[in-house]
Amino acid sequence: MFNALSDRLEAVLGGLKSRGKLTEEQVDATLREIRLALLEADVNFKVVKTFVARVRERAVGTEVSGALNPGQQVTKIVHEELVRILGEQSAPLDLGSASPAVIMLAGLQGSGKTTAAGKLAAQLKKKGRTPLLAACDLQRPAAVDQLKVLGERAGVAVHAPEAGGDPSADPVAVARSSIDEARRLGAGVVIVDTAGRTNVDDAMMQQASDIREAVEPAETLFVIDAMIGQEAVTVAKAFQEAVDFTGVILSKLDGDARGGAALSVAEVTGRPIKFASVGEKLEEFEAFHPDRMAGRILGM
Amino acid sequence: IFSRGITDEAWDELEEALIAADVGVEATTELVEGLRERARAEGIRTGDEALGLLKEVLRLELGVADRTLSRREDGPSVWLVTGVNGTGKTTSIGKLAARHVREDEQVVLAAADTFRAAAADQLERWGEAVGARVVRAAEGADPASVAFDGHASARAAGADLLLVDTAGRLQNKKELMAELGKVKRVLDREAGQCDEVLLVLDATVGQNGLQQARAFMAAVEVSGVVLTKLDGTARGGIVIAIQRELGLPVKLVGLGEGVDDLAPFDPDAFVEALFAEVAQDVTLGEDEA
Ligand SMILES: Nc1nc2c(ncn2[C@@H]2O[C@H](COP(=O)(O)OP(=O)(O)OP(=O)(O)O)[C@@H](O)[C@H]2O)c(=O)[nH]1
Ligand SMILES: Nc1nc2c(ncn2[C@@H]2O[C@H](COP(=O)(O)OP(=O)(O)OP(=O)(O)O)[C@@H](O)[C@H]2O)c(=O)[nH]1
Ligand SMILES: [K+]
Ligand SMILES: [Mg+2]
Ligand SMILES: [Mg+2]
Repeated sequence: MFNALSDRLEAVLGGLKSRGKLTEEQVDATLREIRLALLEADVNFKVVKTFVARVRERAVGTEVSGALNPGQQVTKIVHEELVRILGEQSAPLDLGSASPAVIMLAGLQGSGKTTAAGKLAAQLKKKGRTPLLAACDLQRPAAVDQLKVLGERAGVAVHAPEAGGDPSADPVAVARSSIDEARRLGAGVVIVDTAGRTNVDDAMMQQASDIREAVEPAETLFVIDAMIGQEAVTVAKAFQEAVDFTGVILSKLDGDARGGAALSVAEVTGRPIKFASVGEKLEEFEAFHPDRMAGRILGM
Repeated sequence: IFSRGITDEAWDELEEALIAADVGVEATTELVEGLRERARAEGIRTGDEALGLLKEVLRLELGVADRTLSRREDGPSVWLVTGVNGTGKTTSIGKLAARHVREDEQVVLAAADTFRAAAADQLERWGEAVGARVVRAAEGADPASVAFDGHASARAAGADLLLVDTAGRLQNKKELMAELGKVKRVLDREAGQCDEVLLVLDATVGQNGLQQARAFMAAVEVSGVVLTKLDGTARGGIVIAIQRELGLPVKLVGLGEGVDDLAPFDPDAFVEALFAEVAQDVTLGEDEA
């Protein structure tokens, strides 16, 4: 379990076993390396600061267990603390009792929303539900066509405005009418795909908020690219403020990014990461595992 | 002089500003160490002066590169556009096409992303909007053969510019990178050589941006970066690490989703934006001497 990082720790701590309690020197030497590992994994530097301070407080004076050296002991505490922030266990979708239950997706441009909409639809269908995909991105060229292709692949109906991708159509109205359409079709779940937007585009953030208000989702999922860097914090906070999301989808985890954004987002929003998107195909979608993610972030 | 002039907190703050802009730990450490030495040698006394010097260093590093986009006379110029998923390849092609159509050039777009749902439709919408013809094939067709057809069609029509759109691919996927290599080889063979191979990077990307640059460079000899989504709050600092390690210059920036939201890279504006928050805080300006 302990490799790349533990090699570095061994270099600074000498890898000696020792008995007794962790000293301040041992903890600080380890945390210097942990801090670097977290920054290299793209955890936001402010999150790194509070995280390291918290671990330091917990670690100093801790009894070193027999099998571990001090570096391993601190790393173990770090790992536990990471898992705690990332959510202990994978959080399932909570669709409540309203019918249709609405899932809304929101996030930056290109983060993987439309793909995730298709994946959620496929997964829910497999579980015996009848989803309806609602095409509320009327902005990106061919966004509606993209959702239609995915709907076809998943065998799920798609609700879209008449003209296909008419930019003059109102996404809020389309979202609203998707509820009626779901009732008409007997679909129990509506998955609302929305346009990508930057966190500083006030009009577009307001639109996301309006869509949410119009459809009252059981789940509002914030989709974020695992490759994102330091801005994850600012972006996540802005989306939390606008749409008060209930969970997170971390996308493109099939890449080799360490994915520190997971920690940044979980720490500053307190919302659970529910899914990991791990490929371009519909079935490449899984429950998020905090434990695996903690190891990945530390480079272990 | 130094120890009385700029506080350790000021240096830390400069370091943090670079980290916060996604420049990365390694490049940041090197930059700030170099800066501290110069500050000592040149008798820099205030945080403001140090910040000024850092900006100058960065402007110089970023500023020397050749940012022109290569063209040819003997047939259509060929620009291949690559990158990981969702960075803005197709959109940047639409914007580039618009720019050259406006200059009365004949532009052809090749939809060599035959993989993503409705990727060719997206390119076709851009083509319709800006007045560029799109060469496309059925979903799942061999991307290299679409590139080939695109080039043949552009040459036959006497077009000035061929823009080749490719599917997003994560750089750790060997087969997909090999597939991209094949697209480039076909274009190189047909055209003599691709005139530009552009890597489209999302400004929000963190340290993985450097891995992306390394891998795409190795696979298709990238000639320049298009840094997109700079209209958001991210500053795209990883391109500093990319320029330092690989000598790969940013040629264009994306500043929005609209047809006109593409601009040449401006090192001065980029460097100013990197430190926008520091400048607001002005805590660096304190001279404790
Ligand atoms: N490798 C990989 N690619 C993904 C994943 N999720 C999405 N993608 C790809 O990322 C790109 C963008 O995905 P979309 O679903 O179109 O993203 P979006 O957020 O809807 O984009 P906009 O609507 O333009 O804001 C596409 O090429 C997808 O195939 C993933 O988990 N892994
Ligand atoms: N805000 C902003 N959005 C951009 C910019 N460039 C592209 N986008 C948006 O980013 C999303 C993805 O852009 P695409 O051009 O489809 O990206 P791509 O690299 O072709 O994606 P794939 O082909 O799926 O890999 C779309 O919603 C674009 O409108 C930019 O400079 N600023
Ligand atoms: K910016
Ligand atoms: Mg989309
Ligand atoms: Mg594309």
